[in-house]
Amino acid sequence: MAVLEISNLHAEVAEDGGETILEGVDLEVESGDIHALMGPNGSGKSTTAKIIAGHPAYEVTEGEVLIHLEDDEFGEDFEIPEDMRTWELLDLEPNERAALGVFLGFQYPAEIEGVTMVNFLRTALNAKLEEREELFEEDEEASEDEEEDAGYETSPMEGPADDGEVSVAAFQQILQEKMEQLDMDEKFANRYLNAGFSGGEKKQNEVLQAAVLEPSIAVLDEIDSGLDIDRLQDVSKGINALRDEQGAGILQITHYQRILDYVEPDHVHVMLDGEIAMSGGPELAEKLEDKGYDWVREEVYSAA
Amino acid sequence: MSSEDLKDTDTEARFEFKKEEKSAFETEKGLTEETVRVISEDKDEPEWMLERRLRALEQFQQMPMPTDWPGQPDLSEVDVAEIVPYIRPDIETRGGAESWEDLPDEIKDTFDKLGIPEAEKNALSGVGAQYESEIVYQNMQERWEEKGVIFMDMDKAVREHPELVREHFMTKCVPPSDNKFAALHGAVWSGGSFVYVPEDTTVEMPIQAYFRMNSEGMGQFEHTLIIAEDNAEVHYIEGCSAPQYAEFNLHSGGVEVFVGENAHVQYSTVQNWSKNTYNLNTKRAIVEADGTMEWVSGSMGSKATMLYPATILKGPGATDNHITIAFAGDGQNIDTGAKVYHNAPNTSSTIESKSISKDGGRTNYRGLVHISDGAENSKTNVECDALMFDNESTSDTMPYMEIQESKVDVAHEATVGKIGDEDVFYLQSRGLDDDDAKQMIVAGFIEPITEELPIEYAVELNRLIELEMEGSLG
Repeated sequence: MAVLEISNLHAEVAEDGGETILEGVDLEVESGDIHALMGPNGSGKSTTAKIIAGHPAYEVTEGEVLIHLEDDEFGEDFEIPEDMRTWELLDLEPNERAALGVFLGFQYPAEIEGVTMVNFLRTALNAKLEEREELFEEDEEASEDEEEDAGYETSPMEGPADDGEVSVAAFQQILQEKMEQLDMDEKFANRYLNAGFSGGEKKQNEVLQAAVLEPSIAVLDEIDSGLDIDRLQDVSKGINALRDEQGAGILQITHYQRILDYVEPDHVHVMLDGEIAMSGGPELAEKLEDKGYDWVREEVYSAA
Repeated sequence: MSSEDLKDTDTEARFEFKKEEKSAFETEKGLTEETVRVISEDKDEPEWMLERRLRALEQFQQMPMPTDWPGQPDLSEVDVAEIVPYIRPDIETRGGAESWEDLPDEIKDTFDKLGIPEAEKNALSGVGAQYESEIVYQNMQERWEEKGVIFMDMDKAVREHPELVREHFMTKCVPPSDNKFAALHGAVWSGGSFVYVPEDTTVEMPIQAYFRMNSEGMGQFEHTLIIAEDNAEVHYIEGCSAPQYAEFNLHSGGVEVFVGENAHVQYSTVQNWSKNTYNLNTKRAIVEADGTMEWVSGSMGSKATMLYPATILKGPGATDNHITIAFAGDGQNIDTGAKVYHNAPNTSSTIESKSISKDGGRTNYRGLVHISDGAENSKTNVECDALMFDNESTSDTMPYMEIQESKVDVAHEATVGKIGDEDVFYLQSRGLDDDDAKQMIVAGFIEPITEELPIEYAVELNRLIELEMEGSLG
């Protein structure tokens, strides 16, 4: 169990005279729950997602983003000390946030030529596991363990040592399994990361990465945009599996009701002008479909 | 000699031979005729080679220093008057330091970081012999000899295969008149490799200078001559990504490749020079009808490098592929590229150039594609990609195209970019730290090179770039 708690989050674009985007966002996502975050363009949805993951383009001026972990969060073998169950994400590097179980599914994922999916994901998984160990080590131990980089353990004539917790062979197995679950072609594993992928393939790939990295909280930024109906179903199946099989909490950012027909949210939030203007159950999404965002605006302003 | 015989041979005696002191000679500073005569005599060369050296010397003395290329590296520190002392250690200690301890710490450190075992470190730095590798090399040598393949030190080839060498050595491929440093090379060259592959012969495993570097050393002025007869196939690998330490600051090698009809030669090298070195080389291949030449080169280290491997597509249907990579860090200027001359119809070439610069380093792609009148239906495709780490670094692209024939297909594409913040963030969000994310992007960027290299070179290359990026190399 993990809880992501965002409170009173204010943020602006991180450059001189940067525009204010978030004006006090409050949101709580618990693992096992699906939240839909809706709202018109420019309302601050993507910014919220990027700030959770640690994007350098934004500066937080007020508020906090906490993650609360329970002691069994990373399996039975990994005991989390009592005083290390709450972390302020805003103090951490993006990779440290990933190590604590935060995942961001991108609307426009980067294309990295020359790096195969299988190599990338195994490196990421091992890096995440290693970073996690480091985060939970006591400070003194950490400094003792800091060894100088001594190079490869094997001779260069033999190739690199198979470093990392998950070996190449073991990882192949994991990846194959996850791809089968998502009905992905096995050729994916040896393609370069997102390079030349269609829009749909990229989105599917984001879900695959989440499946492999097993986050506690997955923030999925408009993962439904530009998908045809078949691909939308595939992606939705993957998202549901994240919750049902891995117990992840999902924050699903979307413009449209459409994906919510397949990924049924427990909670729906509407964002307007950098704030959560309204929250409710699944019925709220349907209402939005009928009445649009202006209706929310009217409701909120008349109430104020 | 079989490997069994080899084991029986007194190891000490075998290596004694290599350590043998050449008679010391005193010369004035400055490159004189006397110096060249002494070198030639020292190597027991035939008269014709001495004559060639002297002719090259004359040309060297007449030619001005190249200083007028736009944006070229500053060569004012390359002092021709100091060249003689560069030669002596080359002959006496074969271009390396006297012992491991004498090497600068930064070089020793790099070997350690690359994880190269002690024996190989000694061999690669030119300070010792490498027994294990010698065995490996000898074993392969036997297999090659059965096929009539010759692979030996260039000095030895002059004595043992004079007819082949005399015909090909700096005559039609790289004449000393080509440029000032080719002329210098012709006058004072020493060591290097000679490879001969007879007709209809395929050498399955790459021929690697790596294995015999200890015995011949990597000199300042080594010459590589590769002759692949019709229908022959060979992959030659020169050097490796381990650092090459030179006591003196000028390296001027020469490479000549003859690709026969329908033959296929790949020349691969990843060279990492110590950062006091001016690396000024001339490399060229001549390709007959339907032959294929492939250059795979990585240029790392050095203070300045000027290197433009060239291919002359002489016969119809000849093909050339270039893959080059350059990495420039603080205070480095890597000026490299490719030249291709399409002198016959239906010839084709591709040039793929990648450069990386950081901490104020400067890379430059300088290339020339020449398509002669009559070379109809020829095709060329040039692609230059530059990756920069910061705003202090520089990268330029200077592609020259001389097209004298209208029925041709010419494509050029260049991209210059800073390492993308969004790309780095994407990888970080998946768990990689900032350094690892950048390392992964660079590894992907140079993948076309690493994919062409045997695994041990690819691993070393990646490791080396990783170390360069951490700024932990000297």
